[in-house]
Amino acid sequence: MARSNTQHPARVGPATTRRAGRLDVDALLDDPGTGIIVCCGSGGVGKTTTSAALALRAAERGRKVVVLTIDPARRLAQSMGIEALDNTPRPVTGVQGTGSLDAMMLDMKRTFDEVVLAQASPEKAKQILANPFYIALSSSFAGTQEYMAMEKLGQLHRDSRAAGTYDLIVVDTPPSRSALDFLDAPERLSSFLDGRFVRLLLAPAKGPAKLMTAGFSLITNALTKILGAQFLKDLQTFVTALDTVFGGFRQRAQQTYSLLKADGTAFLVVAAPEPDALREAEYFVERLSEDGMPLAGLVVNRASPAPSGDLSADEAMTGVERLRRQECGSVAAGLLRLHADRVRMVERERTLRERFATAHPQVATAVVPALAGDVHDLDGLRRVGTLLSDTAD
Amino acid sequence: MSDWPKVRLHVVTGKGGTGKSTVASSLALALATRGKNVLLCEVEGRQGIARMFDVDPLPYQERRLTTGLPDPDGGRGVVHALHIDAESALLEYLSMYYRLGRAGKALDRFGVIEFATTIAPGVRDVLLTGKVYEAVQRNARNKGAIDYDAVVLDAPPTGRITQFLNVSNELAGLAKVGPIKSQSDTMMTLFRSPRTAVHLVTVLEEMPVQETADGIAELRAAGLPVGGIVVNQVRPQDLSASDLAAARAGTLDRAGLEQDLVAAGVEVTPALVDGLLAEAADHAERRALEDSQRTLVARMGVPTYELPRVAGGVDLGGMYELARLLREQGMAPAGGDR
Repeated sequence: MARSNTQHPARVGPATTRRAGRLDVDALLDDPGTGIIVCCGSGGVGKTTTSAALALRAAERGRKVVVLTIDPARRLAQSMGIEALDNTPRPVTGVQGTGSLDAMMLDMKRTFDEVVLAQASPEKAKQILANPFYIALSSSFAGTQEYMAMEKLGQLHRDSRAAGTYDLIVVDTPPSRSALDFLDAPERLSSFLDGRFVRLLLAPAKGPAKLMTAGFSLITNALTKILGAQFLKDLQTFVTALDTVFGGFRQRAQQTYSLLKADGTAFLVVAAPEPDALREAEYFVERLSEDGMPLAGLVVNRASPAPSGDLSADEAMTGVERLRRQECGSVAAGLLRLHADRVRMVERERTLRERFATAHPQVATAVVPALAGDVHDLDGLRRVGTLLSDTAD
Repeated sequence: MSDWPKVRLHVVTGKGGTGKSTVASSLALALATRGKNVLLCEVEGRQGIARMFDVDPLPYQERRLTTGLPDPDGGRGVVHALHIDAESALLEYLSMYYRLGRAGKALDRFGVIEFATTIAPGVRDVLLTGKVYEAVQRNARNKGAIDYDAVVLDAPPTGRITQFLNVSNELAGLAKVGPIKSQSDTMMTLFRSPRTAVHLVTVLEEMPVQETADGIAELRAAGLPVGGIVVNQVRPQDLSASDLAAARAGTLDRAGLEQDLVAAGVEVTPALVDGLLAEAADHAERRALEDSQRTLVARMGVPTYELPRVAGGVDLGGMYELARLLREQGMAPAGGDR
């Protein structure tokens, strides 16, 4: 949103910029100026695990941390020993050191309901909460998660500022189809409320019927024909009722947007060493810099472990071929094939990362090798945290 | 004969990162035997098909994409592609079903089309699935359209698939009567019938396998037909079970290995042997985890198909290779049986 207002220098071409190199995760976590870390990336790249591992590491380095996750799989809850995360931050036990860690999971419907209850008169709130459009919008609509993640982040930030509860908020973003939808949330909300159609729907409730234009009655007739009269009536009630509520919400969404842009925020783009995930990551990086959002770096998860030694894939496969001709050494042949496979994987991943780095030399990167198993507990998260902040190359 | 002779609509879902788009494309290639027309659709606006097949971005229009995997006798069918976006689907729907005349233009002018496709809850999914329905169940209003023998949908991820296909549920409470209601009911009849199969793509790791189990339970609860499980990116199977066990335990015969490596013409150094043994142990560890996940997948009680991990990434040729493996395992007909 507000792209026209952002005044950032155009991205400097690769030829003139030095590579940013390794991302120093510990420096980021230790900096008291870092108040919010937002992890974004496409689905299936380990975003939630990364968020939790960062939050735990920050807590064990002395920060007062809350992690807000949006993952419906509840994996984070389990790995942090909390059976079911909900809309309220719960303390994670077993955190070492002087810091603290709370964890919560966004309950999109409840957050939405709370906004309505806080903003509207009891009577109006009741009307909204019962409206079929509201029910569908608050529980299933794909964009709602983004709005509510913004809302919750804003709430957490205001509350922790007021009460001094947290000095770092780590946010896991929804696995949006269109990547950075949550950045667009305030704008989409505004365009929704200021859209002509919604204005027209609101008009009959607000002014005399004669304000209805000929064009509008054409539309209502068409919609009635397609959807039935009740549909339009429900929609009209919904839009009318929400109009007042959303005024305040829109304002807060704008504030949260400014908060994201401020210096205390750091965005981390999470990816896997796959063409699709890195392409998404590129989109994120470009979009973040377009909006002037503070990008701290790229985390490449699930990297294949580096092969040992300098035997190339081709040399290994030549050996396999020789063994096949001599009809011996099945174990040796198997190991050589595995080695060749691993070398090829690693080379491919390096090429993909290299391509990314050439296009975006300003982005510092952390590469996290794939763990053999899933993360089940705090120890697992701690291990991921150690791998994340490993600055050796 | 394949495992899915009655299925016209193959819905392919999977957790992010499991390669569901690759599997959907390979399945389309596998289904396109001699004389058959297959349509491959995507609905998430990512233009993944265009990238995989290295063609220009697809419009909202059925395009001939490529030929299918050859039958044993060399015959091959045709794969077409379609990129479905909600806005175009709504406009097409309106022009196909309603003679709205001036009102149609007014809808667009007053932002109703934009409203319906970006903001109005559930409508987006209904429009996308509606177009898929239309491609499967061709309708006299769409003159000159191809009658497809099979439609493959590269669908939204496992976590969203039931909601996506359960259109009448999404509309419930919003449109209780009227033509939209009856049309969504007709769509549900197809989606719930044996002519549809929802296949789930997974990799042999805990989280995706768990999500697959959850997805199957949700689909069944909604009365949607569960198809097969495609286990993707399976590690190479180069070592025997006993060698794997020895590799994990660190008891592989080092001297024998060194001897064989010499026979292989590789320059044998202690570091090389250490490295290979460490790689073997790591591989064996991961294989053991894969095996435990494979057992869980097998217990889900649906046909499963396995595809290998391709170290260099899947290119167009690789997709035909995966298509061949799907045919061999019976996910698509073998072809050549005329």
